[in-house]
Amino acid sequence: MRLAGILIALVAVLFTVSLISGYSNTSMADSLAALIRDNGTPLSVVMREIRLPRALLAMMIGISLGLSGAAMQGYLRNPLAEPGLIGVSGAAALGAVLAIQSGFALSYALALPLSALGMAVLAVLAILFLAGPRGSSITLILAGIAISALAGALTSLVLNLSPNPFAAAEIVFWMMGSLADRSFQHVWLALPFMVVGWALLLSLGRGLDALTLGEDAAEAMGMRMTRMRLVLILGIAASVGAATAVAGVIGFVGLIVPHLLRGIVGARPSVLLWASALGGAAMVLAADIAVRELFPTRDLKLGVLMAMIGAPLFLHLIYKTRKEMA
Amino acid sequence: MRGCVQISSAITALLALMLFSATAALAEPPQRVVSVNLCTDQLALGLAAPGQLISVSRLSQDPASSVMVAAAQALPANGSGAEEVFLLSPDLVLAGTFTSPDTVRALRNLGVKVKVFAPARSLAEIPVLLAQMGKALGREAEADLQIKNFRAALAKLVDAPSVRPRAALYYANSYTTGTGTLAGSILKAAGFDNIATEYGLKAGGTLPLEQLILSQPDVIITGRDYPGQARAENNLTHPALRALDHTRIAPTLSDRDWICGTPQVLDAVRAMRKLRLSLEAE
Repeated sequence: MRLAGILIALVAVLFTVSLISGYSNTSMADSLAALIRDNGTPLSVVMREIRLPRALLAMMIGISLGLSGAAMQGYLRNPLAEPGLIGVSGAAALGAVLAIQSGFALSYALALPLSALGMAVLAVLAILFLAGPRGSSITLILAGIAISALAGALTSLVLNLSPNPFAAAEIVFWMMGSLADRSFQHVWLALPFMVVGWALLLSLGRGLDALTLGEDAAEAMGMRMTRMRLVLILGIAASVGAATAVAGVIGFVGLIVPHLLRGIVGARPSVLLWASALGGAAMVLAADIAVRELFPTRDLKLGVLMAMIGAPLFLHLIYKTRKEMA
Repeated sequence: MRGCVQISSAITALLALMLFSATAALAEPPQRVVSVNLCTDQLALGLAAPGQLISVSRLSQDPASSVMVAAAQALPANGSGAEEVFLLSPDLVLAGTFTSPDTVRALRNLGVKVKVFAPARSLAEIPVLLAQMGKALGREAEADLQIKNFRAALAKLVDAPSVRPRAALYYANSYTTGTGTLAGSILKAAGFDNIATEYGLKAGGTLPLEQLILSQPDVIITGRDYPGQARAENNLTHPALRALDHTRIAPTLSDRDWICGTPQVLDAVRAMRKLRLSLEAE
């Protein structure tokens, strides 16, 4: 419980800092006052229409990615599983790009998250099929590389074929993710899918705890494995699909956060689930603050920062599990 | 070794021959001119003698980019590649400084004369470009006439307004252009101040959405919406732009009048001046 308090306080602080991070040099008090009361100034517009949706999205996406990472690692009992690394995010990005470039997303707003969700489901199914419920790390990672590469290539193909001269440059956004200049439209589009995804994933806690004793023991305790798998697939696809549809692929969050928290909460997947959700929110908020403070006018992509922190950790984890992989 | 010497002397002879024919060609106006750049296309279309220009770039036939679509469509279009341009056997190729340097080099290596034009960075450079193009095509008299007309028409459009509204040029990817560009020069001639100046962006650069909103310009002039979808253009429809009370969003002004330094930019100056007068009337 103390951990929950600390994490919630951390998210609250980072959320506030995110709200006051930006290009303008206005004081914190003025900014927050303009946020709470619409005083007709341009600062109010900036706070309410640009910064608030941005901070909310960072939090929502962090929860989605942290939670998905923890759930997937719990289910596969493999610390290397992460939506970005195994291609689920990449596939969701492909779905989003297809919806946008085909014009579907214009005629029917929900087409964007639905299409991302659909492709994410396909990717999770492919991973589970290729790596199996207890696949070794090596199959899991190889399957992930293949799916990521395919999804990335198809995304690039679709964007290169677009008649829009800016579309090809967008490949970077879809591969690396960014929250720049998002609006409340994106919040409302993603939130319903994310909430459903979070509910599904959090409901897995007890099952994942039982699964630590092995599949047979879990079934003996009354867990239905097929149902669990279905809930996992839908939960991950809904959260990661919605997150990717509005912000592109932000990798490594689901890898770093559970890894950092596992040492504190111990090997209890049910606790790790909500802890990773809060930790993910803190991580993405912090990263989004950093990209704005480090390079204010450069729109540095979130994924760049996450990869710089995440990739060394990933290498470390591979090094640690190399015996199993050999 | 001797073989090498023979080959190299043969090449030297060939080069000398090519040089000679090139100088000979200089004396009389070129007869088969191919343009591979949108802006040189339009300058040449306005100045060339009938039949002198034999091909223009594909972009000049696109109504969204070109102001001379009808004239351009009367000619076969090229894709600006060295191979297809060479096969048209031109005696002069008109290119821009943004044309791929590999293409220009390849054509020059094949012995084709290539004249490279820099894009206009201000209204004042348009007469210079017209004169250069007139000289390249051997149409100096036409160029002088167009320069005179351009100067007269521009002088009529430029006045000294008592109030200069603050305008922001806002394109895809939150890009803006400053006073050191053709668009900035058009804006200035039409009687606007450019807010890019307040942020020290002379040539242009990123104007973050937040900064744009906080600077509260009188008018925001957005770039055109290209076909297809791109996230880069999301900033042009961000709800925050519409939330400002005292800022007018100009109806999307056609980009094609703004792209190239041709006498047609006067249409852009005219449209912007009309916008300023309508702001004054409010």
